[in-house]
Amino acid sequence: MSQTLAEKFYYLMKLGREFEIRCKEEYLKGNISGFLHLAIGEEAVHVGAVVGFGKGDLFCPYREHVLALARGIDPKLIMAELFGKATGVSKGKGGSMHLYEPKMDFYGGNAIVAAHLPHAVGAAYARKLMGERAGVLCIFGDGATNNGTFFEAINMASLWEVPMLFLCENNYYAIGTHVNRSSALKDIYLKARDYMPAEVVDGMDVFAVYEAVVKAKQYIEEYGKPYFIEAHTYRFEGHSMADKGDYRSPRELEMFRKKDPIDLLLKKAYKEGWLTEEQVRLIDQKVEAVVEEAVEFALSSPEPSEEELYTDLYCGVCSDVIP
Amino acid sequence: MLYRDALNLALDYAMEHDPRVVVLGEDVGFYGGNYRVTDGLYVKYGPKRVIDTPIAENSIVGTAIGMALMGLRPVAEIMTVNFAMLAMDQFVNQMAKLRYMSGGKLFLPLVVRMPQGVAKQLASQHSQSLEHFFASVPGLYVFCASDSISAYHGLLHAIRMDDPVVFLEHVLLYGMDFPSEYVKNFDPFKARILKEGKDITVVSYLKMVHDTLKACEWLEERDGISCEVIDLISLRPIDFETIYESVRKTHRLVVVYEAPKTLGLGAELSARISEELFYYLDAPPLRIAGEEVPIPYNRKLELMAIPTPEKIYERILSWSKSHGL
Ligand SMILES: Cc1ncc(C[n+]2csc(CCOP(=O)(O)OP(=O)(O)O)c2C)c(N)n1
Repeated sequence: MSQTLAEKFYYLMKLGREFEIRCKEEYLKGNISGFLHLAIGEEAVHVGAVVGFGKGDLFCPYREHVLALARGIDPKLIMAELFGKATGVSKGKGGSMHLYEPKMDFYGGNAIVAAHLPHAVGAAYARKLMGERAGVLCIFGDGATNNGTFFEAINMASLWEVPMLFLCENNYYAIGTHVNRSSALKDIYLKARDYMPAEVVDGMDVFAVYEAVVKAKQYIEEYGKPYFIEAHTYRFEGHSMADKGDYRSPRELEMFRKKDPIDLLLKKAYKEGWLTEEQVRLIDQKVEAVVEEAVEFALSSPEPSEEELYTDLYCGVCSDVIP
Repeated sequence: MLYRDALNLALDYAMEHDPRVVVLGEDVGFYGGNYRVTDGLYVKYGPKRVIDTPIAENSIVGTAIGMALMGLRPVAEIMTVNFAMLAMDQFVNQMAKLRYMSGGKLFLPLVVRMPQGVAKQLASQHSQSLEHFFASVPGLYVFCASDSISAYHGLLHAIRMDDPVVFLEHVLLYGMDFPSEYVKNFDPFKARILKEGKDITVVSYLKMVHDTLKACEWLEERDGISCEVIDLISLRPIDFETIYESVRKTHRLVVVYEAPKTLGLGAELSARISEELFYYLDAPPLRIAGEEVPIPYNRKLELMAIPTPEKIYERILSWSKSHGL
């Protein structure tokens, strides 16, 4: 079990890392534009949570490439979206912050901080009403928990008893503002604790995230009620490509780099004998090939046609159920 | 002087001369502002007057209102106009109404600044032009800065005023360098004639002013069509008199703006001109504006969605031809 998990985690986290390193290069080449938020350093949270949660709906913020990859969305389609191509998951209309694939219960990134929280509450309500148990996973940053929408969402989730996991990825910064300078409660999980079970987890340790999320999921499915996890993590890059991130001290960065979630995973997996160097080498090769293939696909894909500017605004049909 | 530096200078000047002026917003202090408009103020005036707020737009505007009620002169920054949508209650139900509902007893000397518009591939939720949302609300003043002069003087004037002002900037203007000169008796309520002309009156504001000027240069050089270009630096109130005066001379009106065409500023200006100067007109008014779609990520589609100098040129040219110019 741990062996297959370790392999899966390593593949997805490495894929996320290499995919995003490549995104950065392609951004600098001009193939990707707009806001590009990288999750380099936060892979353990994204992969641990999505794998741990398993079946269920996902609502994400704008930093969602790795979440989409972990959910199993084809890297080619994600890269093509970042390139603004017609073959992208959102037909080139959404870009980095707006990946959607409802067929895989992936309800996107959102470029408005905390706006997806009530969506997730409503989605969880709907799933429950329709007799489904899987529930909803909603991911957001520390900064988002200062917005009124956050407080409204945890209250309603608790009041309505919806099956949902609130997962706060606390990377300590909202753009350039440290969480200690924006939040009166330094421990973010305390904001939710009076409404639902809430706990903290080391977000650099993919196994810890995974276990916490699996436990939360069991609770959600059993009781049909919300749960809250705060995962401590760090983004190694700036907030987006437009931000150098130089408001953080080199010492702080160094300290967190020592806890690189991929290094930690490998260390543990080698120690426990879950992975061999040969396996890792093969996975690395596969990742390299997948990323290369994604870029080639994106590069060779066509631009959307001009008519696409006006399509998809309305679907223009009526319900055929209501007589 | 860079547009962003002109705004910074106005804030700095106001803060230096009036201890009641405070600045608040997300990342405005320690970080120096997302578009670096507030750079340096935190070091100079300290965290009590340059306040880093949580991501809480509704309460940023709301607390600024409270501060203003008590006699401070807050200048709030909303990182972009897109996030101002989270604060519409404070803008519309509160800021615009408190003075009127109190029978004139309350004063709200407050400015909310924010950029809007299409930058480059920021996608639908980060590319909007929403000036008409604010300009349709009695009780608000809405200023627009199109260059460093209107940025500096307009913002300073807004801070001096005892009424609430929504101060709109454009994301693409921050890094642009404009001539700077001190304008004595700058009047933010008076539209500016940036270029005189005799054939067509072209009204615009914010970044579209510059695209319009370029298009009108081409029209003059290539086609001998002479445009008078008017820059609206206030959208509420609108200086209709300057527009009327120009149209009485040119007999033709074109309005250029980035927001979707329907129910935008062009609708208002065309209606006014039709109401007031119908018999002066030699052609129906022309609106050149954004398409009726959210702004897409793809660059080609993005440029299709908004006016560009080339499109403005072509649209005005074909419209002039079909109306006998
Ligand atoms: C409502 C709203 N306000 C402001 C912004 C601008 N903005 C984008 S990301 C961000 C910081 C968010 O920080 P956090 O929630 O901690 O997430 P992180 O990026 O650190 O993962 C801000 C202020 C926005 N997109 N939406």
